[in-house]
Amino acid sequence: MGGEKTKRVIFVTVGTTCFDALVKAVDSETLQKELLAKGYTHLLIQMGRGSYLPTKSEGDCNLVVDYFTFSSSIADHIKSASLIISHAGSIFETLKLGKPLIVVVNEDLMDNHQSELGEKLANRKHLYCASPQTLHQTIVDMDLNALVPYSPGDATPVAKHINRFLGFPDD
Amino acid sequence: MENGNGCCFSSVSSIATLSSVAVVVILILIRVLHVIYCSGRPLSKRASKPVSTLIILGSGGHTAEMLNLLAVLQKDRFNPRYYIAAATDNMSLQKAMMLENSLASESGIKVADTAQFMKIYRSREVGQSYITSVWTTLIATVHALWLMIKIRPEVILCNGPGTCIPLCVIAFIFKVLGIRWSSIFYVESIARVRRLSLSGLLLYKLWMADQLFVQWPQLQQQYPRATYVGRLM
Repeated sequence: MGGEKTKRVIFVTVGTTCFDALVKAVDSETLQKELLAKGYTHLLIQMGRGSYLPTKSEGDCNLVVDYFTFSSSIADHIKSASLIISHAGSIFETLKLGKPLIVVVNEDLMDNHQSELGEKLANRKHLYCASPQTLHQTIVDMDLNALVPYSPGDATPVAKHINRFLGFPDD
Repeated sequence: MENGNGCCFSSVSSIATLSSVAVVVILILIRVLHVIYCSGRPLSKRASKPVSTLIILGSGGHTAEMLNLLAVLQKDRFNPRYYIAAATDNMSLQKAMMLENSLASESGIKVADTAQFMKIYRSREVGQSYITSVWTTLIATVHALWLMIKIRPEVILCNGPGTCIPLCVIAFIFKVLGIRWSSIFYVESIARVRRLSLSGLLLYKLWMADQLFVQWPQLQQQYPRATYVGRLM
């Protein structure tokens, strides 16, 4: 009994974009307390091109918070995390790795077609979808066991159509 | 008397000019409609040799989806492959090069024999003023024309970025003029669930894509001439 708490990491990623609103939202004490209460131990923020710097933190009573700008492979960070909070660009990379995901839509981007995809996948219970303002509530309400695994798509139907159209024989 | 003859002559010649212009316009219209009609139908001949293929890459998700599609296309059929990305997009061509390099090392064929990588000027950068955009769009169109004359692909694969529009328009004009028949395949992004992107909408409304593929069923209901193919990612 006793011993160390299992390390449970939340990985926040914005890819190569600038998404200060998300970084600010996770840099909140109340949100971090909520994550702590849900059993998470570490919060790792990949902040990309953003200018807002979150506050680092250590200690047993708090979430351990750290951040960096870019990484050559966020796949490794995704694999070692228990929960991903990301911009819309990493949706499929995360779903394919089978990790629970909260997609946060960047409302500053013009032509917000990202939200269509986030909402559609949330409807199908493959992930949770939120805005920087609703992120806290989404975390409070989330039930990761209710998420349905995502089965990857298949490009062969398109390839078949293209081949047939051009007159190539079926394989 | 002379004046009378002069007036008669100039009115006859202007009628003649107008008639010739009208005839030419009608002929062009008929040709355009014929091209559109033929484009929508599969090619009649069985394909007997590889087709030169232009692959138009766009940033981020677009390239990931395109590479996903390329992975299941038979490389010996779609050959040689020309990759075009916007001048300011650094990642996409690199990813395409990685794909081609791994193919080359598997098969022993040199990359340079089967694939080429090119950049194209963007019509307009995000946030650019509309006044300078007129000039840059002109330059981008001329550049697109130059590239298309060099490549004259038989197949064009694109999936969304604005870079594909000038290239597809020029390909369509080449079809009408009989310079080269390109089969244009447009795959709308998986992120487009309820509405087509601007590129997709343009190609659809102008009947310029031979086949327009969508990944969600509600898009096919909205755009009946599109082909629903399920999710690629």
